[in-house]
Amino acid sequence: MSESNPYLGRAQRFVGALRQCQVLGMKVTEANAEGLTIELPYNESHVGNPTTGVIHGGVLTTLMDTASGTMVINALPEFELCPTLDLRVDYVRAAEPHKSIFAFAEAYRVSRNVVFTRCTVHQGDLDFPVANCVAAFMRIGAHMTPPDFKALVVGDDTFDESNKLKG
Amino acid sequence: MATFEEILKQCHETRKYRPVVDAIPYAGLIGLDYQRFGHDVIFKLPDNPDNIGNPILPAVHGGVVGGFMEMSAAIHLLMMLDTPAMPKIVDFSLDYLRPVRGGRDTFAECQVIRQGSRVANVIINAWQTKREEAVATARAHFLLAP
Repeated sequence: MSESNPYLGRAQRFVGALRQCQVLGMKVTEANAEGLTIELPYNESHVGNPTTGVIHGGVLTTLMDTASGTMVINALPEFELCPTLDLRVDYVRAAEPHKSIFAFAEAYRVSRNVVFTRCTVHQGDLDFPVANCVAAFMRIGAHMTPPDFKALVVGDDTFDESNKLKG
Repeated sequence: MATFEEILKQCHETRKYRPVVDAIPYAGLIGLDYQRFGHDVIFKLPDNPDNIGNPILPAVHGGVVGGFMEMSAAIHLLMMLDTPAMPKIVDFSLDYLRPVRGGRDTFAECQVIRQGSRVANVIINAWQTKREEAVATARAHFLLAP
């Protein structure tokens, strides 16, 4: 499946390399040039409020940071590891327990130094969000990214030439 | 088995909050710990390979740092304000200042900037080796009433 969709392959390999994302159980389900979605199934160990069984905001933060950061990689002409500068999250309603949560992320502006993202967490209906997040990522340059990490994520895929227009 | 509210009520009476932390699954998942120094509290995120994001540096996942700070703020509010239930987070703004390195413990302390009847504003600072060299700083709003 990843052969026909380099965005998905890259996103899956990147998220697969992040230990905490595997511990939580994240799966990249969709990815293209415009956006990507990561699914996180419900798990009792994610609960932050034992009274309600609602998962902790930190789990959502990790999911949104991951989805946004992965989108940054897919939005750039060459693989670059971009540290998060900041995140701003609104928790608009509690996630319903025992149901998967989905994070949909987009990069709405790629500048020379910074990539700006937005991300919505929902449980099946994007218009009925659980949380919204905007974030900024610093471009440290492709040359600053360790080659072995690049090889791990990029694999045999080549980046879409059209991405270069956004840089 | 005691409900979370019962555990919380008991902790408010004894002023010892270990059972509350033990009752929150996510606190256990990331390994959150705390130490009281009189009225002050310092929270600790012990080094744990499961919390790693970037495997090359290696660095603690930024989301875990955020989750740790957010959880610290909620527990800080429980301790300081004797809230009858878990405070609910409304929004959270997090600035990453330095790499949060794997192989090191991370610490956090919180300050309640403003407490109204329904909402509280809290700032959280996190560091690893030196308190004055913060690795991240955050601000959050919590609803206090259920």
